[in-house]
Amino acid sequence: MSENGVPTNGIERIAAAFAQTGKRAALMPYLMGGYPTLADSIGIGEACIKAGADIIELGMPYSDPLADGPVIHAAGTQALQAGANVAGVLEVARALAQSVPVVLMCYANMVFAPGAEAFVERLAKTRASGLIVPDLPLGEDPRVGEACKAHGLALVPLVAPTTTPERLAAIGESAEGFMYTVSVVGTTGERAELGERFAQVVERAKASTRAPVALGFGISTPEHALQAARAGADGVIVGTRLVRAAGESADPAGAVGAVVGELAASLAQAR
Amino acid sequence: MSTVEHRFGQYGGQFVPETLMPALAELEQAWAEARGDPAYQAELNGLLRDFGGRPTPLYKARRLSEKAGRRIYLKREDLNHTGSHKLNNALGQALLAKRMGKQRIIAETGAGQHGVATATVCALLGLDCVIYMGTEDTRRQKPNVQRMELLGATVNPVDAGAKTLKEATSAAIRDWVTNVESTHYVIGSVVGPAPYPAIVRELQRVIGDEARAQILEHEGRLPGRVIACVGGGSNAIGTFAAFLDDEQVELIGVEAGGEGIDTLRHGAPLTVGGRVGILHGSRSAVMQDEEGQIVEAHSISAGLDYPGAGPQHAYLRDSGRARYEAVTDREALAAFRETARLEGIIPALETAHALAWTLSRQDGELDLICLSGRGDKDLAEVLAG
Repeated sequence: MSENGVPTNGIERIAAAFAQTGKRAALMPYLMGGYPTLADSIGIGEACIKAGADIIELGMPYSDPLADGPVIHAAGTQALQAGANVAGVLEVARALAQSVPVVLMCYANMVFAPGAEAFVERLAKTRASGLIVPDLPLGEDPRVGEACKAHGLALVPLVAPTTTPERLAAIGESAEGFMYTVSVVGTTGERAELGERFAQVVERAKASTRAPVALGFGISTPEHALQAARAGADGVIVGTRLVRAAGESADPAGAVGAVVGELAASLAQAR
Repeated sequence: MSTVEHRFGQYGGQFVPETLMPALAELEQAWAEARGDPAYQAELNGLLRDFGGRPTPLYKARRLSEKAGRRIYLKREDLNHTGSHKLNNALGQALLAKRMGKQRIIAETGAGQHGVATATVCALLGLDCVIYMGTEDTRRQKPNVQRMELLGATVNPVDAGAKTLKEATSAAIRDWVTNVESTHYVIGSVVGPAPYPAIVRELQRVIGDEARAQILEHEGRLPGRVIACVGGGSNAIGTFAAFLDDEQVELIGVEAGGEGIDTLRHGAPLTVGGRVGILHGSRSAVMQDEEGQIVEAHSISAGLDYPGAGPQHAYLRDSGRARYEAVTDREALAAFRETARLEGIIPALETAHALAWTLSRQDGELDLICLSGRGDKDLAEVLAG
């Protein structure tokens, strides 16, 4: 099924986006929903899309984000203080999903608060394409995956450098949308250099799954993005660098758009 | 195959970033081996005895009993080295870390008792120690910060959110996500992802095992009620564990009522029966809003100032085997003073909640209370208020 050539199924829409980047890898900005404000958030997302984003990862602000470093944690706290809530962030998702696939990143307690089925149904109504739950490891609670399947959304799994070969195989087997491959042992945040194991991490992730492999955590410069693409990553996720840009500028959309433009240019370089 | 519980009914589990999953599996395996290894048990029990001072006495509180009109026994965990029950768990986990070859130890602390116990065992065993503590708690528990530093630990103040135990725990988990390959996280209560709630319970059940034998020796019978305060709930579960099969013994967990459970300023998720939630890696009773944002707890006692509780407590509540009630800041303060004057024992403010519950009752004939810690750390806070 498709609507104006855009697949209505989230998994297919994400697959199409990876196939059509025109770049060495898909560029996947992470934005904190509602940061600095809900109104800014839509403008920032649109600026990213204009600057070359292929897929948007949209963070749902949460009180206790255990996988996030200080910058994203603080941005989430500020977004909540500025009045961000589920309805508001889903409106951001709806607006951006008109142009590109949107994958929501949301901690488990918020998914289960109304019930996994109710939460995913609400997400599907915004035409979001997928869901990432950073504190829901494989096998912990099947209800989220079942709800995503029922609504045609991709439940995107994470793998880490510490993930054992057995778990990696199981996660790779069931991955939908893409495999969110964590480049470092740690939380989200900018780092001067990519993790020393990142190439190996990409290689073993790709060997484990048919889904595209997107590398994230610690990717903050155009050089990092290019290194990731050269190592074989199908997508590059940049988060903290953009959240910082949104917080530092009086023109958050312009500032974030400029950084995304540099990243896109880097990924567009000839092989 | 696993004999370490991951779930207690619908509660528990491992809701953590993927990065930690192998470390949890490694910990579970190490624990399963250590638990059955006579050498580990001998070293732990030897240190609990010679370093920690166990067994702790079971004391019949003469004047409290007189006042209450029934026999009240106190399990004197305040007489443990470092002044609380926290040493039992810290020692067991630090020995486990050594077995796993992890040289760096991290821990969270609220009142500072777990931080002090962890810093102490790290000094004893020559391990590096980093403690996370909210800045509100470093203020109200200053003597414990000084003790930890004297013992060689680094205390990292945490300035996020309400600057108390919840944020300290989150900061410790983030450290663990980053340094998991070199570091063991000595969690201080029966909370967190599996296998922690089961490990900490097993390390704390020495309280209940001793107390059960002691009360039988003193009284020739079991207590009518066993009472303990509950923040995360480690002294309570450690005491309850020995009595779970004694159906005639009532088990009562006392939570922080703060300014009252009809206000939003309390730390009593089990008592108020809120929606099931996920906090710090496990599913349990959690204070949260409709969208699943965790709300801040409030209690005068830093150790009970926590919006969650151990998953096994939530299970025991639902099954009816234990019940949970709350005591306000004001009632706890009164019991703190009363116990000092009547018994010559200054209890921790956390423990004072359990004492307050008992002192408010007219019924019963034989109560056993876990006196989980001493209150010297609380003097400045109490005398200022």
